[in-house]
Amino acid sequence: MSEMELKALEADFERKIANDEKIEPKDWMPEKYRKTHIRQISQHAHSEIVGMLPEGNWITRAPSLRRKVALLAKIQDEAGHGLYLYSACETLGISREELYDQLHSGEAKYSSIFNYPTVTWADMGAIGWLVDGAAIINQVPLTATSYGPYARAMVRVCKEESFHQRQGFEIMMTLAQGTPEQKEMAQDALNRWWWPSLMMFGPTDAESVHTEQSMKWKLKRKTNDELRQQFVDQTVPQAHLIGLTIPDPDLKWNEEKGGYDFGPINWDEFWQVVKGHGPCNKIRMEARKNAWDNGKWVRDAAMAYAEKSEQPAFS
Amino acid sequence: MKNWPLWEVFVRSKNGLEHRHCGSLHASDATMALENARDVYTRRMEGVSIWVVPSAAITASNPENNGEFFEPAQDKAYRHPTFYELPEELKHM
Repeated sequence: MSEMELKALEADFERKIANDEKIEPKDWMPEKYRKTHIRQISQHAHSEIVGMLPEGNWITRAPSLRRKVALLAKIQDEAGHGLYLYSACETLGISREELYDQLHSGEAKYSSIFNYPTVTWADMGAIGWLVDGAAIINQVPLTATSYGPYARAMVRVCKEESFHQRQGFEIMMTLAQGTPEQKEMAQDALNRWWWPSLMMFGPTDAESVHTEQSMKWKLKRKTNDELRQQFVDQTVPQAHLIGLTIPDPDLKWNEEKGGYDFGPINWDEFWQVVKGHGPCNKIRMEARKNAWDNGKWVRDAAMAYAEKSEQPAFS
Repeated sequence: MKNWPLWEVFVRSKNGLEHRHCGSLHASDATMALENARDVYTRRMEGVSIWVVPSAAITASNPENNGEFFEPAQDKAYRHPTFYELPEELKHM
């Protein structure tokens, strides 16, 4: 391809992005756009899949059948979300096996929040309310992102996500209205999950290396700090409503900006967990690798059966 | 052993509507593809009928050739009703 042809393709691509037209899999796209999207979409898919693990911990110990079916349905949704996203990612020319390899080798990241342990039942409430709440704020703008398959997957994900947050809040509310021990359990879960939830929006705008390019490609519509502020403003009144206290002595309503001021985030902790030194990084990765390695004979058997029964793929 | 092939999934949301493409998935054969499609794409009654098609069986047009490929339709304004000039008095036709 000559330099002039490349320039023309780039100009056409930029025009489409500027006009809010979607980019589809077979369309020409700059290599950096493709790579960035593979990185972000796969990270998102891995987060959904690894995100099933902390909650899976409580399925057999849910306090009632109602809670158990809801938790199962939520976790099944997360599997579904992971699969929508892997499929979207594969349209960029990377195989499912490569994506799994990147996760298992540690080359690809997933959301750090899932490296924290789920030590009480109240953690199921806190995760649904706070973690899914933060995820929704992060995800809603992505329904309008420039890459067609990603945007379509996100429409499906967002439709299903609101039940997750409501079931979590209901768990917290029920505990908060229960015995003093139950209320204490709810407060303890809020204390442990509050700050990691704020970290889910990523580094501050000043530190974020990808923000500028991502805003241009509409992979981001608001900055990390704007989304974090939106989460705090939305969540504080919800905590008050059920009589729980946000674990931040610096939290204060700021009339002038029409939002809450909040205390400093422990970014050292954030980077420690990102780098693999969180409380559960190792067991999460082991669980994923075991599932993949120990499931190999099942995948092989299914393939052998398909080949033996010679079902023509199409005729 | 070979990896599970890719399938495209089409779902009819209710009778009277067409099947629409909704995504893809991996499965070892057509039966598994149908069952996986049900679990992945219709957990909330989103469909009454599902088609699965091996992705390899789809032949797609190439966007790089969109210019010449779709060009024949571009200059045929006479295929649209607005091309024809009719008297004002004629309100509906």
